[in-house]
Amino acid sequence: MAEAHPVGFQWVMEAKRRGAKIIHVDPRFTRTSAVADLHVPIRAGSDIAFLGALVNHVLSNDLDFREYVVAYTNAANVIDEDFRDTEDLDGLFSGFDPEAAQYDPVTWRYQPPENPTEDQQRREADLESDEVRTGGQYPGAGHKESHQAARSESHGSGGAPVSWKGRRDETLQDPHCVFQILKRHFARYTPEMVQEVCGIEPEQFREVADALTANSGRERTTAFCYAVGWTHHSVGAQMIRTASILQTLLGNIGRPGGGILALRGHASIQGSTDIPTLFNILPGYLPMPHAAQHQSLDEWVSADEGKAGFWGNVRSYSVSLLKSYWGEAATADNDFCFDYLPRITGDHSTYNTVKRMIDGTTKGYFLVGENPAVGSANGKMQRLGMANLDWLVVRDLQMIESATFWQDGPEIETGELVTEDIGTEIFFLPAASHVEKAGSFTQTQRMLQWRDKAVDPPGDARSELDFYFELGNRIREKLAGSTDEMDRPILDLAWDYPVDEKGEPDGQAVLREINGTGPDGRALSAYTELKADGSTACGCWIYCGVYAEETNQARRRKPHWEQDQVAAEWGWVWPANRRILYNRASAAPDGTPWSERKRYVWWDAEKGRWTGADVPDFIVDRAPDHVPEEGATGPDAIGGQDPFVMQTDGKAWLFAPLGLADGPMPTHYEPPESPVRNPLYGRQNNPSRRKLSDASNPINPSYSDVFPYVFTTYRLTEHHTAGAMSRTLPYLTELQPEPFCEVSPRLAAERGLEHLGWATIVTARTAIEARVLVTDRLRSLRLGDQVVEQVGLPYHWGRNGITQGDSPNDLVNVTMDPNVYIQDKVGTCDIRPGRRPRGPDLTAYVEDYRRRADVDMDDPTNGRTD
Amino acid sequence: MGAKTFIGQWPLLRQVTGADRLGRGKAAMSSRSEHLEPRTVEADEVVDSVCPFCAVGCAQKVFVKDGKVTQIEGNPASPISRGRLCPKGSASKQLVTSPSRVTKVRYRRPHGTEWEDLDLDTAMDMIADRVIRTRKQFWEWEDEHGRRTRRSLGIASLGGATLDNEENYLMKKLYTAMGAIQIENQARI
Ligand code: SF4
Repeated sequence: MAEAHPVGFQWVMEAKRRGAKIIHVDPRFTRTSAVADLHVPIRAGSDIAFLGALVNHVLSNDLDFREYVVAYTNAANVIDEDFRDTEDLDGLFSGFDPEAAQYDPVTWRYQPPENPTEDQQRREADLESDEVRTGGQYPGAGHKESHQAARSESHGSGGAPVSWKGRRDETLQDPHCVFQILKRHFARYTPEMVQEVCGIEPEQFREVADALTANSGRERTTAFCYAVGWTHHSVGAQMIRTASILQTLLGNIGRPGGGILALRGHASIQGSTDIPTLFNILPGYLPMPHAAQHQSLDEWVSADEGKAGFWGNVRSYSVSLLKSYWGEAATADNDFCFDYLPRITGDHSTYNTVKRMIDGTTKGYFLVGENPAVGSANGKMQRLGMANLDWLVVRDLQMIESATFWQDGPEIETGELVTEDIGTEIFFLPAASHVEKAGSFTQTQRMLQWRDKAVDPPGDARSELDFYFELGNRIREKLAGSTDEMDRPILDLAWDYPVDEKGEPDGQAVLREINGTGPDGRALSAYTELKADGSTACGCWIYCGVYAEETNQARRRKPHWEQDQVAAEWGWVWPANRRILYNRASAAPDGTPWSERKRYVWWDAEKGRWTGADVPDFIVDRAPDHVPEEGATGPDAIGGQDPFVMQTDGKAWLFAPLGLADGPMPTHYEPPESPVRNPLYGRQNNPSRRKLSDASNPINPSYSDVFPYVFTTYRLTEHHTAGAMSRTLPYLTELQPEPFCEVSPRLAAERGLEHLGWATIVTARTAIEARVLVTDRLRSLRLGDQVVEQVGLPYHWGRNGITQGDSPNDLVNVTMDPNVYIQDKVGTCDIRPGRRPRGPDLTAYVEDYRRRADVDMDDPTNGRTD
Repeated sequence: MGAKTFIGQWPLLRQVTGADRLGRGKAAMSSRSEHLEPRTVEADEVVDSVCPFCAVGCAQKVFVKDGKVTQIEGNPASPISRGRLCPKGSASKQLVTSPSRVTKVRYRRPHGTEWEDLDLDTAMDMIADRVIRTRKQFWEWEDEHGRRTRRSLGIASLGGATLDNEENYLMKKLYTAMGAIQIENQARI
C-alpha cells in the first residue's frame, strides 16, 4: 500500500501511531513491509490457503463474534441436502459439468420452504429448467449459460437474488447449516498446510491469527486492504470471498475501522465500474440483457423484482435508465425502448474480443487512454489482434506502444509481423489531460470528486466527452432519415447536451442526467424517488443524489478542519453520501452500539429513527424489532435486524447459494502454471477457470523442470501501470530509470545471475530481458521439502517513452477467473544470465524452450493438470 | 551596510541567537532567498483538481498563469490527502507540459510505413464513416440459436480508468445505441 497508494497509507501510519498493529502479507518486502510490525512473505497465488486457515482458526477455536454471526449472516441458513462439498468430491462441488467446465448451482440453494408460495415455486422452476426460463423458445441455452456471463459482477452492489430467505437454525447445530458446512470445508486448512502451500512458518501464522482475533469483536475492529494481488488470479473473486468470510465471522463489516478495502489502481476505476464501460453491465450494475433470458422488460427485471431489499425496486432503476437513454421515445407502450438494448450471449470481455480480432471477426477498435500492448496480459496476443483490424482509433496523451506496434513492436523485430503487410488503418487522436477538462472521478472509497477545468487542451487535443459527443453527432447526421430499423436506437437517442462557446459539451449537464430528474424536470435527491412508470429519468441509480438540489455535490470542498472525522461535506459518496456501507451492523440487533468505543450508527428509540455519525444504511425509521409482513416485497421486506439491505435475504453471506461461477465457498487451487502440486485436493487448478486457446497463448506445463520458477508482476511507486503517464515524465523516469527483476541470493547463485547484470526471463509465450536486482526482498520459500523461488517483475515498461525496456506482461498467459474474466498474473518461467536473443533468434529460442518443456501447440491451453 | 548589521546577518549567529536553532528556516535565508516568492503567488487563477494517477484521489490545486499551468500542488483541505502528493501526483504538471505530448492528429494508412498528417475534422468524419460501415457489416439481429440479439460484434472499445464518469456515461450510451457490446475498461484488467 505504501508503494502503490502512498498517500492513502498515511492513515495506516496514523493508526499505527495510535497503537494499531500493521501486518503486511506480500511475496516481496516493500516500503509497506519496512514500516509494518510484521511482514509475512507468501507464495504468489496461495492466498486462499492462508486466509482459509485463518477462517479455520476462528471456527475451530470458537473465536467468531457469535452474536453478530447469528443475527447478521447466513450462518444459520440450512442448505439443500443434495449439496456436496469439495470434501466429498476431492476438490469439486456438486453440480459440476466437466464438458462445459461450469457449475449448475441448484444444489447450493437454501433448503426450500415446506410450503413455497406460487412465486417462490416459479422462481425455483426457473432455476431448475432452462426451458422454462426461456419459455422453451431458445433451445440449448438458458440460465446456466447466462450464469456464466460474468453475472456475478452485476452484483457489484448486492448479492445474487435468492428465491427465499429459507429455514434457519440459530443454534447453528444442524449439520446442513452454513456454519457447520463451513467448519467442515475449512477443517483441512491448517497451519501445517499453510506452510506446505504458502511457505509461511506455523509460528508466523499463529502470530497473525492471534493479532487478528485479539483485535476483533465488540470493542475492536480489524481492516483488510487488498489490491490486484488478490484480483489478478484465476481464483481472484474467491480470494476476496475468503477475506469476506473471515471479516464477517469476526464482525468486522459495516463497522468503523473494519471492512475489506479494495485499493483500486486508477483515478476512476471505481467509477468505470459504477458507470461501466464493461460488456456485462449497464450503469448502476444493472445487467446487460442476455439473449437467453431477457427478451422483454419484464424478463429483464424479473430476477430481482419484488425481492426483499433495495434491488427489489429494480424496475424503477431500469426504466429510469431507459428514459435517460431514449427520452421521449421511451414509453410504456414500447417497453421504454427495452428492445433497443443489444443482448449479450456469453463472454464478450476484452481477452475474448482480442481473440476475435485475431480470428478476423471484430474489425474496428477504440483505445481510449489504454495501452494493452503493454498493460494487458500476453502483449503478443494484443498486438496480433490489432494487426488484423480494419481500423484502430487510439486516443492518448503520448504516442503509446499500442499505436506504434506496426512500426517497432516486438513482432516487427522478430519478423513475425511485417509493417507493409499490416492492413490496419490507424487514427491517433490526442487527448485532453485531467486539468484540461471538467469532470468527476470516483476514487477507491466510492467518493466522487469534481475537477474544474484549468486550461484549454493544446492543438487537436480534446476530452473524451467532446470526442464521443461529436462522434455521436456525426453518426446521427449521416444516418438521419434512415428508415432501417437497426438505426432507430441511434436516431432516437437523447443526445442533446448544452455546449460552451468552444462547442464543448457541459460535463455538469451530463452529471445531472446521471443523477436523474423527476416529472417536474428538477434534479432528484435520492434513488428512492425513482419510478417505474417513466415519469423519472436517471442515468445511474446509485449516483442519484450527486446533483441533489440542483447542486454539483461532488464539487464540495469544505476543509477537513471544519468538519468531523466523517467529513461528509467533501465530495459525494455513493450511495446517498454514505461513507460506510451496511453501517446498521455497527449496532447490535437491538439497535444499541456494540460498544461505546465503536459507536457509529444506532437506533434513537425516543425519536424512532436511526442516527449517528454517518448516513444510516437502513430505512431510517425501521425499528430494530420490526418483522416484515408475510409476502412483503422490496424494501418493505427488510427486517429490523437485516443490515445487508442490498441482499435479498438481508444477511451477509458466509456461503454463496448463488452468484459465483466457481463454488459457494473458496477453495485453494494452484495457478494455471505452478511448480507445486496442490496438497489440498486432487484438483490442481480451478476447474471452472476460463481458458483462451490460441497459438499465441500456450501454457507452460505445471511442475516442469524447464520452467521451474514462479514469476509475478507488480508496481513501483514512481511509475503508473502501462507507463504512458509515467515513462514519459522526466521526474519519474529519473527516479526509476530502468526495468529490472528481483531475485533472491539463492536463485542468483543457482542460475549465475549477477547483481546489476542482465537476465533473460522465459515462458512459452516469449522471453524478455531486464537488469538483475539480487535482494533479500524476495525470499526463497520452503514448502515442505520443496524450495520455491519467485522472480519479481515491475511491469511498467515498453518500447516508447524516455525510459524503455521489454514488457513483463508479454510473459503473462491469459487464463481467467470464471466470475469476472480477469487474468492470472502468476506463472512459471526460467531465468538465465545475459541479454535475450535478438530478431528471429528470439523466436527460435522460445521455440526451443517449448519443445523441451513439451508444450502442446495443438492444444495450447493444455497445462497437463486436468 | 554597517558592521553590526553585517554580523547580524551572519546565518550561524542568527541560528544560535534566534528562534530557528536548527537552522532550517529563517536563519538559513540569504537576502536573495528572503525575497524570492513561490511561483504560486503569481498565479492568475488557482483551480481545484484531483490527481489522475491512482485511486486514492488526492486533491490538487492547479496554478495557472497566462493560460498555462505553472504548478500543481496538494490541497491541504482534503480529508483524504491533507495536502500530500506522492511522486506521481507531484510530477503531474509534466503530464500537461510534457514536450513529447502529441497535440496533432496522426494517421497511418493501411500498409503504410509512416505517420501522416490529417486534420481533426477529416479524421472525425472518417471515423464516423468507418463506425457506420463496420457496424453494418457485422450487424446481427439474431444469434445462431435464433435468439434476438440486435447487435454488432464488429466494433470493440477498451478504455482506461482515468476517464471521467461523464465520459464513461456518454461512451456506454452511444455504444449501446450502436449495438456495440464489446465495450471494456481497465477495470477488467
Ligand atoms: S498523489 Fe499519489 S497517492 Fe495521491 S492520488 Fe496521486 S498517485 Fe495516488
